[in-house]
Amino acid sequence: MYNDKNSQKIVDYIQNWTRKHSIWVLAYGTGCGAIEIPPTMTSRYDSERLGIRGAATPRQADVLLITGYLTVKTLKRVIRVYEQMQDPKYVIGFGSCTINGGMYFDSYNTIKVLDKYLPVDVYINGCMPRPEAVIQGFVKLQKRIGEGRATGAKHYKENLEWYRANQKKIIPNWVMPEYNW
Amino acid sequence: MELFINILGAIVTFLVAFIVGMTYGGLNRKITARVQNRKGPPFYQNFIDAFKLSSKETAIHHGIMHYLGPAFLMVSSVMTLLIVPVFTNNGWFPNLNFKGDLIFLIYIMTFGPLGMALGSGQTGNPNAAIGVTRGLSQMVGFEIPWVMALIALMIQYHTTSIEGLMEAQAQTGTWFMFSSPFAFIAAILAMFGMFRYSPFDIVSAPTELASGPASENGGKYLFVMMSSGSVFTFAKLTLYVDLFLGGAANLPVLLLKTFALYLIPILYGMTTPRYRTEQAIRWFWGWPSFFGLLAIIQAVIL
Repeated sequence: MYNDKNSQKIVDYIQNWTRKHSIWVLAYGTGCGAIEIPPTMTSRYDSERLGIRGAATPRQADVLLITGYLTVKTLKRVIRVYEQMQDPKYVIGFGSCTINGGMYFDSYNTIKVLDKYLPVDVYINGCMPRPEAVIQGFVKLQKRIGEGRATGAKHYKENLEWYRANQKKIIPNWVMPEYNW
Repeated sequence: MELFINILGAIVTFLVAFIVGMTYGGLNRKITARVQNRKGPPFYQNFIDAFKLSSKETAIHHGIMHYLGPAFLMVSSVMTLLIVPVFTNNGWFPNLNFKGDLIFLIYIMTFGPLGMALGSGQTGNPNAAIGVTRGLSQMVGFEIPWVMALIALMIQYHTTSIEGLMEAQAQTGTWFMFSSPFAFIAAILAMFGMFRYSPFDIVSAPTELASGPASENGGKYLFVMMSSGSVFTFAKLTLYVDLFLGGAANLPVLLLKTFALYLIPILYGMTTPRYRTEQAIRWFWGWPSFFGLLAIIQAVIL
């Protein structure tokens, strides 16, 4: 978080330091990428040594991990989960499908570019990205948090109309509670 | 002036309990990691988590009781802490001892979870409701051997105050761990349920119940719950040390004894998968209650 002078206060430094060393992940298993999460979290690659651990519910989570392709039906639930999370929150797009559709580029019921519907902070490339790549993505996110540049949630709030228009364009029956944070 | 020193001492007690409890939680995570052959988080990871949680924005609102639930937990923890004598000769650490505080303690230790049950009931989350029913069932399970062990001590030594029991240990020169072994065994077995580590983590059941009663509590709520849990851990371990291990004269001895006790539920949990609710209750009403009964018989005969 930057102030007017384009610099961070000492409080922000401390807060960002704790935020980047304590990342609670809501691994929303939307697609095939969810299978890469258990090896990342368990003994072999042990992401807990970086302070990354799973969160049980959206209320407790910091990072929403979109693992792979996102169907239109799932997108609605993902948006609802994202809006239930508490600030500061981050989104990691996981796998090629979230970047440009990947192998589902011509599918009729998956979304192609995740960034049009949710503010993505870090993309992890690959189909599928191996656990090393996942941890690399998390380290990238940690770096961005430490620099105060992971401001996707702020961007989402500021451009809510644009995101809502995109979301409503693709979800025909929009019956969702309106959140006002 | 005395009042001022007492208040200051209470704050110091709370801070010590917070720091020790948090560090024990971190060491628990570290030991778990080493047993699972991985590096694990640093031992101060819980402090980082707590600070992060307290700096998160919290815009969850489910009503008054939901706000008060974590506060009830905190009140219960702090009252337990202030009633349990930290050292044999108190010095800096005052406490609110009175005759019969052991009976009061049995009540106040269940007060926090009951308040939390009300709080999470108001969130309307089905996971929270299931977690609450499981938690209360488990409490009915482990309270029986725990209360039996305490009653055995009360009968045997004709006192209902913790300081009286500590004096009895100082006079006879043996710890109750050796002079009332059945009560000690029953209390240790009840401790498994009290700490809610695996295999008795049926309340917060990760991956099954989505953290149970805490499932709607994020950010600052979780910070309060986490700190109250840490304080409660310290208070419970100190109580066990006071009752069965003869108390501690200074901080290093206290840390040694409490950590030795703390290792029991941790290490047992690592080798045992989670029980179902009815299995857990049946476990507590089996051997632990049997040893509690033996302790009472021993207390009455001796």
